This record gives sequence, structure tokens and C-alpha cells, in this order.
Amino acid sequence: MEPYKKHESIAALLNRSNVDTDQIIPKQFLKKVERSGFGQHLFHDWRFNDDGSDNAEFELNKPAFKGAKILVAGDNFGCGSSREHAPWAIADYGFNTIISTSYADIFYNNCFKNGILAIRVDKEQLDKLMSEIAANEGVRFVVDLENQQITTPGGNGFSFEIDPFRKSNLLSGLDDIGLTLKHVDKIDQYEQQHKKNYPWLWA
Amino acid sequence: MQALEYVMKKTMYEKIWDSHLVVDEAGQAPLLYVDRHLMHEVTSPQAFEGLRLSGRKVRNPHSILATMDHCVPTKNRDLPIADPIAKKQIETMAENCRVNGLKLYDMTDPNNGVIHVVVPEHGFVHPGMVVVCGDSHTATHGAFGALAFGIGTSEVEHVMATQTLPQKKSKTMQVIVNGELSKYASAKDIALAITGKIGTAGGTGYVIEYTGSAIRELSMEGRMTLCNMAIEAGARAGLVAPDEKTYEYLKGREFAPSGQYWDQALAYWKSLPSDEGALFDATVTLEAADIAPQVSWGTSPEQVTGVDGVVPAPESFTDEIKRQACENALAYMGLTPNTKITDIAIDLVFIGSCTNGRIEDFRIAAEMAKGTKVANGVTAIAVPGSYHVKQQAEDEGLDKIFIDAGWEWRDPGCSMCLAMNGDELTKGQRSASTSNRNFEGRQGKGGRTHLVSPAMAAAAAAAGHFVDIRKL
Repeated sequence: MEPYKKHESIAALLNRSNVDTDQIIPKQFLKKVERSGFGQHLFHDWRFNDDGSDNAEFELNKPAFKGAKILVAGDNFGCGSSREHAPWAIADYGFNTIISTSYADIFYNNCFKNGILAIRVDKEQLDKLMSEIAANEGVRFVVDLENQQITTPGGNGFSFEIDPFRKSNLLSGLDDIGLTLKHVDKIDQYEQQHKKNYPWLWA
Repeated sequence: MQALEYVMKKTMYEKIWDSHLVVDEAGQAPLLYVDRHLMHEVTSPQAFEGLRLSGRKVRNPHSILATMDHCVPTKNRDLPIADPIAKKQIETMAENCRVNGLKLYDMTDPNNGVIHVVVPEHGFVHPGMVVVCGDSHTATHGAFGALAFGIGTSEVEHVMATQTLPQKKSKTMQVIVNGELSKYASAKDIALAITGKIGTAGGTGYVIEYTGSAIRELSMEGRMTLCNMAIEAGARAGLVAPDEKTYEYLKGREFAPSGQYWDQALAYWKSLPSDEGALFDATVTLEAADIAPQVSWGTSPEQVTGVDGVVPAPESFTDEIKRQACENALAYMGLTPNTKITDIAIDLVFIGSCTNGRIEDFRIAAEMAKGTKVANGVTAIAVPGSYHVKQQAEDEGLDKIFIDAGWEWRDPGCSMCLAMNGDELTKGQRSASTSNRNFEGRQGKGGRTHLVSPAMAAAAAAAGHFVDIRKL
């Protein structure tokens, strides 16, 4: 996983609530056995017309949002299925940061496994960011994870909260499994006790 | 003294959590031990690839049970799979299970079916376990008093390599359903009514424990239906305390404890229910008698009403976000405000899925379908959740009832719940579906899904529109 670095980028606006993972990556694209190449299908049903051409009405197709790394979206983003194809598609498309008031639990976890910083903000902060983008499409925000700070040209910046464990993993780009395996002795010990406590599970 | 005792009382969730903590140190996420790991073909291939690339091995192969369900055809099983990408995914699953020595019920196995239907059939999940699967409907197994939740593919890899998961402790929500359900209201209606009440984000960050007399009255199948849809209310897991019904269901099944171990397991299971007076972070109460058969009208499971209701008008929502969501949903669903639910005509009926693909679902649906004919222009398909459910239904003659009424009687799979296997709605088609999600495009691009119980679905098939089954 790439370490997450402080960056300045266009912030794209997707002012919709309860965006579900079926929209982020529709099921017809879940049959691949690889992790890569899902970005071309991100938001497929909204993004493309029936004939395969770009749907000009869809927010992310606006030229001003081209190259955006920051996605600003409505409440309860990523609800629905557990498919990690959703964050894979988001990351592969080019986003590394999502800003919303809330996320579905599984999606939220999945983001951090894929180098995506999902920032929770309050309603008022989100409204301000959304207004700033709407008034000035193509505006660039600065996201500084180290200092937990978002800065905007319109002065709508603020600091945000993040779990210290998730933060350090993103900053270092460390592999979760490697971290857990540092505790392999404890896992072994636990398992020995588990066999004594619940022998029927090992019979 | 009293205060101290109060603090010591634990919910069932807290008991399971505490007994599975492997590491709990400051500055890092607690590490939770995983007893059972369920798998299907869609969310596992990249996890096996990751394991292979890093040179790691599956730590406890015996903790894993795999099936093929999402992509499998529900008819003409004997023919090769037409979709080459689906075929590759199926073959990859088989190869991954072979190489790693994992138990797999492949497409031709008599035990095959939808993972969350198959697993309980074999007694693979017991009370008090921590159970994961790369599938959000893993919550189903909370019906046994197991902490069961969906995970992403990176976490699938993590569990394979370490048998643990870094987890954040959830808050607890008690959902109390008291009283008696009216005739033909079911566990599905309770689940939809709860989602309607608290919303799809209402349970975010919580594990729900369902309690109350109406829950105790539910069969194990009903409890599975209920817990299955905990995720639709935003909760990663739902729980029902184990009781005599749970023990009775498990006894004698292939992977249930037996012989000398049964009494030992039983004693442990009986220690699991939440202590009297244990504190929950939130409580929601419903009266069972108030729950009418539910029908979803929108594109989110919270957009739901009783069958005696009408399609709401956007203006009826004071919350601006909900107003906008209603407007978008009505446009997508092709519905106008104040239309009676019973006036909505349907094109297709689907009974099946991990929510409603069990034997009792087909029994009640067959009862409704008996002696009827599928309405003109309507297609009705019954997809058992597993080959065992299919066999049981055939032993009871239910298949004949469906076939005589003009239904298609299929082989098991996820089928139209998420329409990955070729069973899908075409643009503008409207379904009455016993599945769990009515998101845009879920059952096919432009398809319009109404979530209902099996009884409601079967009645709609005969009438061609929704029917208040309480009045039949």
C-alpha cells in the first residue's frame, strides 16, 4: 500500500446521500478475480448512457472534476454490500480521500485497507465544503493527514478526527497482516486456551 | 455495592467480544479471534491471490466452509456456464479450495446452495462464536447467538493468514418487539419495519440484539431472516439469544457438537444470553401487532410502508435529504405519490435468497400459491436457498404446487437477489422480491424492486399486483 502523503487536489462534489455499493460498482463487474482495473466501471450505471457514451448529467463527468483525488459526498456513503470492489474502484479511478458526514461500517473499514482516507465531518462543515465546490467547480483543497487538517481557498478548512491506528497505518502504508503477525505468539497462546475451553470446536 | 453489580452485567455481545479478545493493547485496534470463516466465489479470489503473493498459508483450514452461489446458474446446471468471466470465477474458487485444503460445496455437490442457507443446515455455526464472511449478509448467523458480520476481501485474507481481525468494539442496540404478529406478518415484515423506523444508517456503529416476545416466538428460520437484514438497518451484526429452539435446531447436525461434547457446549451456550439488567447504548421498541405486511416503494430498504399504505409524496418528509431521496426514488421507480400500494402492478416475482430461501418461506408461499395461476404477463420464479431446501420442498410436494400455478422451480443460488448469474430484470420491469435490497439497478439496470415477504410475493404473483394478504 502506498503511504498517504499530504496533497493538494481538485475536490469533486457528489451531493447525494445513501450512495450504495451497488451504485459505486454494479454487480456485473464483480466477476473478476483480480484486484485491479475497476476504476473504469466506477459508478457505471450513473456515469454512462445506455449506448456506452458518457452521461453529461452525471456529476463526476464534469470537466472541472477531472483528475480529482478528493470526493465530497452526502450522508451514509457506501451502504449496502461488503464488496471491496467499491473502494478498489474508487482508488483505481484516482480518489484517495472521501469526505462525508458518515459511512457504512464495512465500507469504511475497506477504505483504509486500500489507502483511502475516509474523513468524517459534521453536517455544517460538509455543507460549507459543498457550497464552496458548487460555487467554484475545480477548486483545490489541501488534505494533511499528519496534522489532521483540511485547508480550502474559501477559508472553510478545519481539523478532523481520525483513529490513531488507522492514521499511522495510512501514513506508513503498512500491511495490516504483517502488523497482526507480530502477535503470533499471543494468537498461538489464545488458540491453545480455546482448544481447552471449547474442545467441541476442534473435535 | 449495587452500582458495582450493575457495571458487571454484560450484554451477549460483550460476553462474546470479551471471550474472543486475543490482544487488547493501548495504541492499536483490539485483535479478535475468529472461529468460523465462510466463503463464496465473489469476494475471495483476490484474498487467495494476496496470500499467495506474500507466501502465507491458511492458518486453520478447518474453520472455513465455502460454497458457490452468486454466479451460479439456477437452470441448466448440467451445461457449461455461458458467461466466461463467471466460469473463471467458479473455477478459481474450486482451485483455491483444492490447493488450500478447504471444504467446498461446489455447484454439483448435493450440499450446494447460498452460503447463509447452507451453513446453518450443517450446524457449522454455534452460539457464542465469532463468524465472518466476505458478505454483508453474514449477519444471518446472529440468529444462533453468534457474533457474525461481513468483512471486505482484505479482511478475508487477514483472517485466512492470522485467524484474527483488528476490530473496533461496537455500541449495542436493543430492538424489542413485543406482542404477537398478526396473521401473515412475518420475520421479513419485522425486519423491514425496523429499517423503516430507524433508517439504513440507524444501526451504523451498533450490534443489534433482538429481544421481546415476538422474537422468542420466531422459528430459527424466522430469526435468520431477521438477523440477515440487520445490515439493511446499518448494523454489522444482529443477535438473538440462544434458547431451546436453537439447541433443538442444532442437535444432530453434521458439525454440531455431539457425544461427550454436547452437554459441555450446551452449558456454555446457556451462559451467553445478556444478563438481566445489562445496559444497551440504545433501545428501540416496536409492537408486533402494529406491523402490517410490508412493501418497499423506493430504492432504499428504509423506504417502506404497510401494504395498506400509499406511495408517499416527497413533501410529506420534513427532512430535506429524505424529501430529495423520495423524489429521486419515485422517478426511478416510476411511481406517483398517493398511489395505493395494492394498485402497483408487477412483472416478475422472485422467491429466494439468503433472506427468504428457506423451507418455511416456500411452505408459506406454496400455501398462498395453491390453486392459483400466475397472472397474465407475470413471470414467477422460486429459487430454493439450497439443494437440501429444494429436496425438502419436493418431498412435501411444494414444487408441484408452484409448477401447477405456473411458477418456475429452479436450482439453488443467489439468483435475482443481486442478478449476477443472468437472472435479472430488464429496464423498467417491476418485481415483487423476497430479497433484501432494492437499490437502483440491484436486480438489473433500470429494474424496479419491491421488497416483500414470501407470502406477499406469492399473492402478488397470482393477482398481478400487491394484495393485502390479511384480507384474502
